[in-house]
Parts: sequence; structure tokens; C-alpha cells
Amino acid sequence: MSSLNPALREQMLGAVPSLRAFAISLSGNVDRADDLVQETLMRAIANIDSFQPGTNMSAWLFTILRNLFRSEYRKRRREVEDADGSYAETLKSQPEQGSRLEFNEFRVALDKLPPDQREALILVGASGFSYEEAAAICECAVGTIKSRVNRARTRLADLLSIEGAEDFGPDHTTRAIMAAGGRR
Amino acid sequence: MNDDDKSGRPGPMQTEVTQKKHRGRLGRDVQSKIGQQLRSMYDDVVSEGVPDRFTEMLRQLDEGKKEGSGP
Repeated sequence: MSSLNPALREQMLGAVPSLRAFAISLSGNVDRADDLVQETLMRAIANIDSFQPGTNMSAWLFTILRNLFRSEYRKRRREVEDADGSYAETLKSQPEQGSRLEFNEFRVALDKLPPDQREALILVGASGFSYEEAAAICECAVGTIKSRVNRARTRLADLLSIEGAEDFGPDHTTRAIMAAGGRR
Repeated sequence: MNDDDKSGRPGPMQTEVTQKKHRGRLGRDVQSKIGQQLRSMYDDVVSEGVPDRFTEMLRQLDEGKKEGSGP
């Protein structure tokens, strides 16, 4: 392993905030996310020779992190079967108000999406990657990413009972609670 | 950025009922609300910046090349 070029190190550090946000959204757990980011950086440094200068460092790191998460997720699912579900339950049981409640509802709904759809939506809708970049990160076709993003949005709107912008008004919380109890 | 569903989108004349039936095609306002929530969740973390452990780790790897815990 050769010494890390300072410019590359800066690029890596610059990508860390967004990597963390992606890792948290994948794993639903800050500590686990930070461990993932750390492992990603170590692996990136060990394989820095395979990074092509001038290409997108951030996308490269996201690819590594995603692969680490997927291999770890498969392992952990066998160990702790309900890890993700119990996180969602924890959030649900916290009595909170206003935007915090709305945020938790969103987080819980996001956790209910299939992992493929969730990551596609986050990469495109929050990390700011293009469909092409997201497809490269997820190692799939651009059309697949588009379809996952569309399905994710549809499912989220369904889970959150959003059918129009007005549902996000002051009444949203009440409607969401009623919807959670008796929607069909 | 969100120009993914322009093709095959139902026309502007659709009624609310058909809109509900066509859940695969969300209105622009719904998409933008979901986008706002997503970004606000994401940006909360991004705004925390780079935790010291990562700055420290990169510096240690760079200077000392400590590989005690690496595979």
C-alpha cells in the first residue's frame, strides 16, 4: 500500500458526511453506520490503486460501502432476525410532537421499503447522484434504478397516506394516525 | 433532477379517482414532499460534518501505516 496522496485524502474526507448519511439510512443505526464508513475508508485506502483519478471519488466510496453493507446485512440477518423491525418499533413507541413525529413516521415508512428500493431512492433523491451514477453504484441498469425509485416513491406515499400536498399541512399528523388505524 | 416519469404519465385531465388508481404515477407535489423529507433527514447527518475519528484514522493510516486491525 502506497502513501495516500493528500488530494485523494481530502476527497475522501469530503465524501464522509454524505457517506455517513447514506450508511445511516441503510442500516438505521448511527454506530453501525460509522463502523461501515470506517471500514469503507480502510478498504478504499487499501485499494486506492484501483481508483481512477478524475472519476467520482464519492461514487466509488458509495459503491464500496454498499457492498460492505450488503455482505454484512446478509450475515447479520441470520444473527439478529428482527434488528430492523425493532428499530422501527422503538421509533413508533416514542410519543413526540409535530415535525419530529412526522420525521419519525417518514423514517419508519422508509424502513419498510425493500432495501433495493430504499437505497435507490436515497442515492437519487437525497445524495444527489444521477440515475447513471446510482446505477453504477448499485451495479444495475439505469432503467432498474428508475423503476426502483418510482416504486419507492409510490410505496412511501402510500405508507404516509399522502395523496396531495395538503396532506402535509397541520392536519397531516392526525390523518396519519387515523390512517394507520384503519386504512384499507 | 426528477425527470424520471415524464414518459407514460397520465394527462393533466385525469380525475382524483384515476389518480388513486394509478399509484405508480405520483403527482409532482407528492414527489416533492417526499424529496423534502428525504433530504431533510439526510442533511441532518451531512451537517454534522466529519467526525474526528475519521480525520484521525486517515492521518494515522497515512503517517504510521498502522494495520493492527485491518484484514
